Amino acid sequence: MKNTEEIFELLKKEFGDAVLQIDKETPTEPIIFVDPLKINVVGEFLRVSEELKFDSLMCLSGVDDANGTKVKDEAGLDTIQGGTLSVYYHLYSTTLNHKINLKVSAQREDPKVESVENIWKCADWHEREAFDMYGIIFLNHPDLRRILMPYDWEAGYPLRKDYKNPEFYQGMKVPY
Amino acid sequence: MGLLDKEFSDGNIVIAKVDDLFNWARLSSIWQLGFGLACCAIEMMATSASHYDFDRFGVIPRNTPRQADAIIISGTVTLKMALRIKRLYEQMPDPKYIISMGSCANCGGPYWEHGYHVLKGVDRVIPVDVYVPGCPPRPEALLEGLLKLQEKIRNESLRKKSA
Repeated sequence: MKNTEEIFELLKKEFGDAVLQIDKETPTEPIIFVDPLKINVVGEFLRVSEELKFDSLMCLSGVDDANGTKVKDEAGLDTIQGGTLSVYYHLYSTTLNHKINLKVSAQREDPKVESVENIWKCADWHEREAFDMYGIIFLNHPDLRRILMPYDWEAGYPLRKDYKNPEFYQGMKVPY
Repeated sequence: MGLLDKEFSDGNIVIAKVDDLFNWARLSSIWQLGFGLACCAIEMMATSASHYDFDRFGVIPRNTPRQADAIIISGTVTLKMALRIKRLYEQMPDPKYIISMGSCANCGGPYWEHGYHVLKGVDRVIPVDVYVPGCPPRPEALLEGLLKLQEKIRNESLRKKSA
């Protein structure tokens, strides 16, 4: 059983620059920041390493950090430019009984994150949901389609902070 | 002679208006489409079960729209589901009736403002006969909704469809 700081040291030694930093100031549990294009290699190591054995991905969630600059578009509505979209990974080892949280942040304009579907199978639908709600592109995902919204939804990604709902969908009025 | 007298005296003939007969038949065996959407469906199932016993009004679930008389919209209608509901409704034979059950199906309910995925009332895609308020409505409320629907059917006429 290891705590997050020990795991961070281990990862730092193994991967160097791919593992960015550790945030111990969070009110809940510490978070390790990882390069979005290296998360698959880091994840593979976390899973197979004898002293870590993270066999369970408890949760994978997308987040809109909304840390860009707000600008008005032609219609006078707020949109966010710049900043990041993030993905959080909550990992658990059922054999060694320890947990860590990982976070990767990708540029809002081009949010590309490596898929961990081939490491933890359950990431398949979680990643599809993050794609559906935030538009995060998971590279090498086998089937990156919308999972909750209709396949022909063209209005964007509903949980982004600057999302605007359409007036109509398939002839049905959407606002109240 | 007296042939007709004999027939009638047996008491096996009832004379009624066609309207009344049809309406009685229709309102006494409303087969609902076996179809549930959200938490309202749990209440609907409770209404069907022995304690509240929907069957005493002739309501039984029928698992095909082609042989159903009524559809109970029991729950949140998402935009994705609305298209399917419309298709199910169109597959039902006339006369067909719709009970909108609960706040979500009536007007969007708690999703009325920020529900990007919710249709704000099922009456935007199909014509509703009876609205049952509640979140979710108790089985008693759904039973009253059914009685209201029966009342509506009782006053229909073949000459003009009112529902």
